Amino acid sequence: MHQDLVVDAHGIGKEYGRGAARFSALSDVTLQIARGECVAIVGKSGSGKSTLMHVLALLDAPDTGRLSIDGVDTRQLSARQLTTLRNRTFGFVFQQFFLTPGTSVLDNVTLPLEIGGTPPRQRRARGMAVLEQLELADKARSNANDLSGGQKQRVVIARALVGEPSVIFADEPTGNLDSATGAIVEETLFSLNRDRGITLIVVTHDEDLAARCDRQIVLRDGVVVSDSAAVAA
Amino acid sequence: MRATDLVAKAARNTVRSKTRTTLTVLALFVGAFTLTLTTAVGAGVTDYVTKQVDSLGADDVFVVTRTAAATTDGPVAYDPETSSASTGTTAPALPGASGSDPLTEGDLDELAAFDGILSVDPIQVAAVDYVRYDGGSRYELTINPTSSITRSDLVAGEQLDSSAGAGQVMLPSDYVDALGFASAEEAVGSVVTLGITDVLGVQSTVDATIVGVSRESLLSSGAGANTALVADLVEVQSAGVDTGDPRYAIAVARFDADLSADQVSALKADIVDAGYGAQTIQDQLGVIKTVIDGIIGVLNAFAVVALLAAAFGIVNTLLMSVQERTREIGLMKAMGMRSGTVFALFSLEATVIGFLGSAIGAGVAILLGTALNGALAAGPLAALSGLSILLFEPGAILGIILLIMVIAFLAGTLPAARAARKNPIESLRYE
Ligand SMILES: Nc1ncnc2c1ncn2[C@@H]1O[C@H](COP(=O)(O)OP(=O)(O)O)[C@@H](O)[C@H]1O
Ligand SMILES: [Mg+2]
Repeated sequence: MHQDLVVDAHGIGKEYGRGAARFSALSDVTLQIARGECVAIVGKSGSGKSTLMHVLALLDAPDTGRLSIDGVDTRQLSARQLTTLRNRTFGFVFQQFFLTPGTSVLDNVTLPLEIGGTPPRQRRARGMAVLEQLELADKARSNANDLSGGQKQRVVIARALVGEPSVIFADEPTGNLDSATGAIVEETLFSLNRDRGITLIVVTHDEDLAARCDRQIVLRDGVVVSDSAAVAA
Repeated sequence: MRATDLVAKAARNTVRSKTRTTLTVLALFVGAFTLTLTTAVGAGVTDYVTKQVDSLGADDVFVVTRTAAATTDGPVAYDPETSSASTGTTAPALPGASGSDPLTEGDLDELAAFDGILSVDPIQVAAVDYVRYDGGSRYELTINPTSSITRSDLVAGEQLDSSAGAGQVMLPSDYVDALGFASAEEAVGSVVTLGITDVLGVQSTVDATIVGVSRESLLSSGAGANTALVADLVEVQSAGVDTGDPRYAIAVARFDADLSADQVSALKADIVDAGYGAQTIQDQLGVIKTVIDGIIGVLNAFAVVALLAAAFGIVNTLLMSVQERTREIGLMKAMGMRSGTVFALFSLEATVIGFLGSAIGAGVAILLGTALNGALAAGPLAALSGLSILLFEPGAILGIILLIMVIAFLAGTLPAARAARKNPIESLRYE
């Protein structure tokens, strides 16, 4: 087996609803993602992409199957340990920005560190460092509301990055942006993967964005119908 | 999450939605303001009454008369042997004083023989014509009959010494200027001359040393004289004429201060059974205290109603806030904030609102109350020296602030629990 698997999922199943309304959002999903990979999860709307991402990111528990993150079987972990693991290991970029209004850019960016219990001085230093990288240092004191769409999404990326995660999950990261700013955001995410070896898992229905990733996992009705890495593995 | 960050975040969140926080704080403000003032009035009046009780006498005395006092409970059963028909033509009796036979020396001995009674002193009345100092102007003066056994609210000097052999006088503070003293402190130790007319119409004088200067009080007024001075005055007054067996309207029986409340009641019942009227100072003040407590109770009830309304305000404010911040809560939970921390964040936010409302309310009440105190003391209440109608006690104010913070916290638990239950995936779903 691969030695450095960040995600190792086996036979994942997830159902919604009860009785007659019951249906399978995911069934028997098995996949492995190695450290440093750039993976796209693609499929039509309603195919189960977001559900899969939520399971992999420990936001939702699967009904069946097992999942290991960084070699740790998540079924062995308490709820408290799961939240800590999520805080330490993952960064999130959602389709919407989810910036806290009326709060400074710096405070928004350092939120994961605040939740993780990093002391204020270190939080500030780390927050300023990532804002510097994303060329937003001059906006640190601004109200998060007062930024343009592209700037907001870069703030979101800075927030995903500040905790130095090993995996960044991005759910439709360019879905809400015009093509020019979308391109900039894509470039920023790919460079993080390229230059820093951060594992990137992108959920998208955008074929072009998916094509730029090293590997595409295609879902249809909750089932993996193709995985471009499966041939290699 | 670090505790300090949690508190700071809660505080920052309260100022984020300013209008709503302001309105909620305002409701709490009203409650805190009212409660602070009513508590202060209660403390002020209680403090004043306590001082008055001290000036009336210690807690260990009965005021004794020959027959049952008029303020005892209920009608007296008719007994053909002892009862006499009431004609209704006599003037209404003063409680515990007139309408009763005088006490004789024999009565005093009988009273002194009761178990638990330490001493019995008759109250003698000395009618002084005037007081003067160092040949200055003469001023009328009333000697308070019970002064030899009571304590005064002192401005300067000491209490009267009933065991002293020399005559001592306790001067009311408004005589200090009139008699020509620069200050109350200067008056203490000086010797004044008291003018008195005896039964034969001859005026003579008695000297007495000022041992203290007393504040004018609601329940006892006039100058005080110790036992020795009263004896001197009474002797001069009688001019050596034998008026027969001495008779007294009232006597003061001092009982053992170690007696329990039950024992005091039993002793009182024994004395009443023997045909006397006996009342403690507490009996006499009970009515006043009941009235004051009643008024303060009503005012406090208003404050509590205001606080209850405010508590619903907090529930409402925070529920709206939780609704509005669903996304934010979902995001924080997705990033690894535990449900317990979310609960703590929102209930702390309520507590911060509670602190703001109560601290501002109490602060404004203190400022306003202090100003009011000054105005009242200079104006309408000038006659009641020593009364500050509002007494702000740090402990009570701290208690009010804590109480309101607890109420706010409790009100915050409902919205906080709702926030803590939020599912991050549901919260982050976008339509
Ligand atoms: N909480 C839920 N309750 C019921 N059905 C759900 C829930 N979440 C998702 N689904 C359903 O599961 C399927 C997969 O949804 P999702 O993973 O969001 O798809 P995608 O992200 O690919 O559009 C959809 O049919 C969706 O309606
Ligand atoms: Mg989706």
